[in-house]
Amino acid sequence: MRSREIISILGIVIIAALALWINLAPNQMALGRDVSFRLGLDLQGGIQVLLRATDPDVDREQMEIARGVIERRVNALGVGETLVQVAGNDRLIVELPGVDDPEQAVETLRGTGRLEFIDSQGQYLPPGALIRTTGSPNPVLPEGVEEVQTLDDLGPIFESITDGADLDTSSVQPAFSQGGVAGSRPAVSFAFTGESAQRLAAFTAQNVGQPMCIVLDNVVISCPQINAALRDGSGVIEVNDVNDRDNILNQLKYGALPVPLVVETSRSVTATLGQESVESSVIAGSIGLSLVAIYMIAFYRFPGLLATLALALYVLISFALYRLIPITLTLPGIAGFVLSIGLAVDANVLIFSRLREEYRRGRDIHSALEFGFEESWSAIRDSSVSTLITSIVLFIFGNSFGVSIIQGFALTLGLGILLSLFTAVVVTRTFLRLSTPIFRDDRAWIFGIDRTKPAVAPSTAEAI
Amino acid sequence: MLEQLVKRRYWWFVLSLAMILPGLYFLLLHPLITTGQPRLGLRPSIDFSGGSLWEVRFAERAPGELGSSEVGAAFAAAGFDNAQVQMSQVDLDGNLIVTALVRTRPLNEQSPLQDRQAVEAALNDQIGAAAIERLESVGPTVSQESTRSAVIAVIGASLIILLYLTWAFRQAPHPFRYGMCAIISMVHDVVIIIGVAAIFSTFNPRFEVDALFLTALLTILSFSVHDTIVVFDRVRENLLARQPDQHFSDLVNHSIVQTLPRSINTQMTTLFTLTALLFFGGETIQNFVLILLIGLVVGTYSSIFNAAQILVVWEYREWKNWFGRGRGDHEKPATV
Repeated sequence: MRSREIISILGIVIIAALALWINLAPNQMALGRDVSFRLGLDLQGGIQVLLRATDPDVDREQMEIARGVIERRVNALGVGETLVQVAGNDRLIVELPGVDDPEQAVETLRGTGRLEFIDSQGQYLPPGALIRTTGSPNPVLPEGVEEVQTLDDLGPIFESITDGADLDTSSVQPAFSQGGVAGSRPAVSFAFTGESAQRLAAFTAQNVGQPMCIVLDNVVISCPQINAALRDGSGVIEVNDVNDRDNILNQLKYGALPVPLVVETSRSVTATLGQESVESSVIAGSIGLSLVAIYMIAFYRFPGLLATLALALYVLISFALYRLIPITLTLPGIAGFVLSIGLAVDANVLIFSRLREEYRRGRDIHSALEFGFEESWSAIRDSSVSTLITSIVLFIFGNSFGVSIIQGFALTLGLGILLSLFTAVVVTRTFLRLSTPIFRDDRAWIFGIDRTKPAVAPSTAEAI
Repeated sequence: MLEQLVKRRYWWFVLSLAMILPGLYFLLLHPLITTGQPRLGLRPSIDFSGGSLWEVRFAERAPGELGSSEVGAAFAAAGFDNAQVQMSQVDLDGNLIVTALVRTRPLNEQSPLQDRQAVEAALNDQIGAAAIERLESVGPTVSQESTRSAVIAVIGASLIILLYLTWAFRQAPHPFRYGMCAIISMVHDVVIIIGVAAIFSTFNPRFEVDALFLTALLTILSFSVHDTIVVFDRVRENLLARQPDQHFSDLVNHSIVQTLPRSINTQMTTLFTLTALLFFGGETIQNFVLILLIGLVVGTYSSIFNAAQILVVWEYREWKNWFGRGRGDHEKPATV
C-alpha cells in the first residue's frame, strides 16, 4: 500500500465526514450558516412574477430604485428566501416562497405608493373610487368595466394639494386614531415636507369643516372631515382594519416606485401541490438509486459494490453542497440530480468495462485495473465536457426565460458532472487500489469475469 | 452478426429514415392536410404561446360527475372565454379528487388579482368549493423572447460542441469529421424527438412543448454527443495503433463492438433512474421524463448506428457511388 493511497483515503474520509456532518447538523446549522434544504417555489408553494415597467424608456437607474423599493417592501412581508432582481432593461423578477395569498402579496408590492391629498371641492368621494388628479392625471384604466371606457369617464381632474415625492418616508408609522365617532381605529401616521407641507397647512386652515380626500395611487382611501389645520404637514390616515393598514404602511414607508409596474408573467403554486411533488420525487429518487445499485453489483460484482459505495458518497456530497452553496431545489432540479446519478455511474461503467477487457486480454489484475482507469479517461473527460457545455448553455438560456425552473436543472446536472468526476474516478480508484491485496486470479469471480471464456469479439485483430 | 454492424450501414440508414419520416409527416404534412394552413404540428405551451394555465381541484365533486363544459362555463362567466379544459383526477390519501387543467388567455397585466378572484368566485358559485392549486400566466412579449432564446440555445450549444470535438480529436486524422459526424447524429436525434413531440401533440391532448421539453431536448443533445464521443474515442485509440492492412471499416466495427457492453450498461442504468422518475416522479415532469427516455435510447442508437457509420461513409467517400455507378468496391481501403 503506497502512501498516495493513504492520503487519498484520508481525504475521502474527511470529505465524507464533513458531508455527513453538514447533512446531519443539529438545528440545520453548520459552518456558522443555515444549511437546511432550499426548496423552490414549485416544491414549497409560493409565487414568482415578472414585473415590467409600463414605460418602455425606463432607464437603468430607475429600475434599480424600483428594485430597492420592492425589496424593502418584500422584506417587510417577513417571508424567507425571497428574491428581487432586475432582469433585462425593464423587468424585475420577484419570488415569494411560502406566502399564503400570493397574488394579494404581489398586488401590495407593486402599488406605486404615490400618496396625495386632493381638494375634492366639498364632496365626500366614495373609498375605492378611481380618480384623476393634477399630480397623476392619467391613471391606468381597469379593463372590463362597462362604465369606464375612457379617461373622461372618471370625472373631473381634482387638484392635488400635496406631491407624493414630498412624503417623509421616515415619518410613516403605524398608529391608532384617537377616539372619534367610530372609536379607536387603526391608522397610519405620516408627514410631508417642503412645499407640500406648506400647501397642506394652508388648505386645511382655510377649509375647516370641509372634507379632504386622501388618495393612494389614484384610488380614494378615505375622505375625512378637516377638524383642525395640519400646521406641520403631518397627520394620520384612518383605515378600516389592520390588514389595510399594513398594506398602506408597506406602500408608503418604503417610498414611491419611480415607474408603475405591470405583472407580465406569474407562476404560483400552493404548498399542498409542492408537498406532493417533494414526496413523489423522493420515492422516485430512492427507487432509481436502488435499481442502479442492484444492477451494478449484479453485473460487476465487487467493483460494482465499490461503485455503489462511491455513488452513496456522491449522493451524500451532492446533498451537502446543495445545502451549503445553497442551491434552490426545484422539481426539474431533482430530475437533473437523478439523471446525474446515471452519469456518475457511466464513468464507472466505462472504467469497469475496460478493466474486464484488459483482464481478458491476459493482463494481471493490477495492471488491468490501472489500464482501465488510464484508457477510459479520455472518453470520460470529453463526454463530461460536452455535457458541461450543455448545462452552461441551459443555465444562461434559463436566465433569459426569467424562470428558475431550467436553471435548477442545469445547475444540478452541471454540478453532478463535476462531482461525479471526483467520486467515480478518484474515489473508486482509491477503493480499488486499496483492496488489491484480496485480488487473485483464482478469485476472478468477484469481478464477474472468467478468463477461460473467450472475449466478446475474438475474430477481429486486437489493436493494443 | 456483430462483425456485420458496419457492413450493413445502409440498413441502419434506412431504419433511421423509417423513424424520422412518420414524425416529419405529423410535424409538417398532417397540420397542412387537416387545417389547410402551413404550420408546425407541435402544441406550444404557455411558455411559448403566451396564456395562462390553471390547475383547480374540486373537493366536493365525485370523479365523473363534473364535466369540462361546466368548468368552461364558469371560466367564461369570469371573463375567460374559450377556456380549454381537461379533466383528470388525483389520488390524495385514498380519495379521488377531481382536477381540472384549464388554459386561457393571460391574466390582465394591470389587475391579475381581480382576474383570479373573478374565477374563484365563479367556480365557487357555479360548481362548489374549488381550490386553485397552480396558476401560471405568461405575457405575449415574454413568450416571444423565450421562443427566440430557445432557437439560439439549441444552435449555440451545437456549435460549441462541434468546436470542442474538433479540438479534442485534433490528434486523429481529419478531426473536423468527428465533430461533423457527431453533429449529424445529433441532428438526427433532434429531428426524431421533435417528430415524436409532433405525434404526441396530435394524439395526446395533455402533451405540450414547454420550457421543460426544450430542457429535455438539450439534455438529449448532450447525451447523444456523450455516447458518440465514447465510440469515437475508441476509434481514435485504435487508429493510432492501426495495423497497415486493417480496413477502416473493420476498425470502426471493432471499436463499436468494444464499446458495446458500456453502451448497453450505461443505457440500463439511466433507463432505471428515468423509469423510476416516470412512474413515481409526479405528473408535472412526466412528459419531460418520457421525452428524455425516448431521446436517450435514440441517442445511443444513433451514436452506434449513425455517427460511426457516417465516419466510414466519409472515409470511403461513398457518395460518389450513390448515383450512377452503384456501389460495390467501397470496402477497399481508401488511399489517404
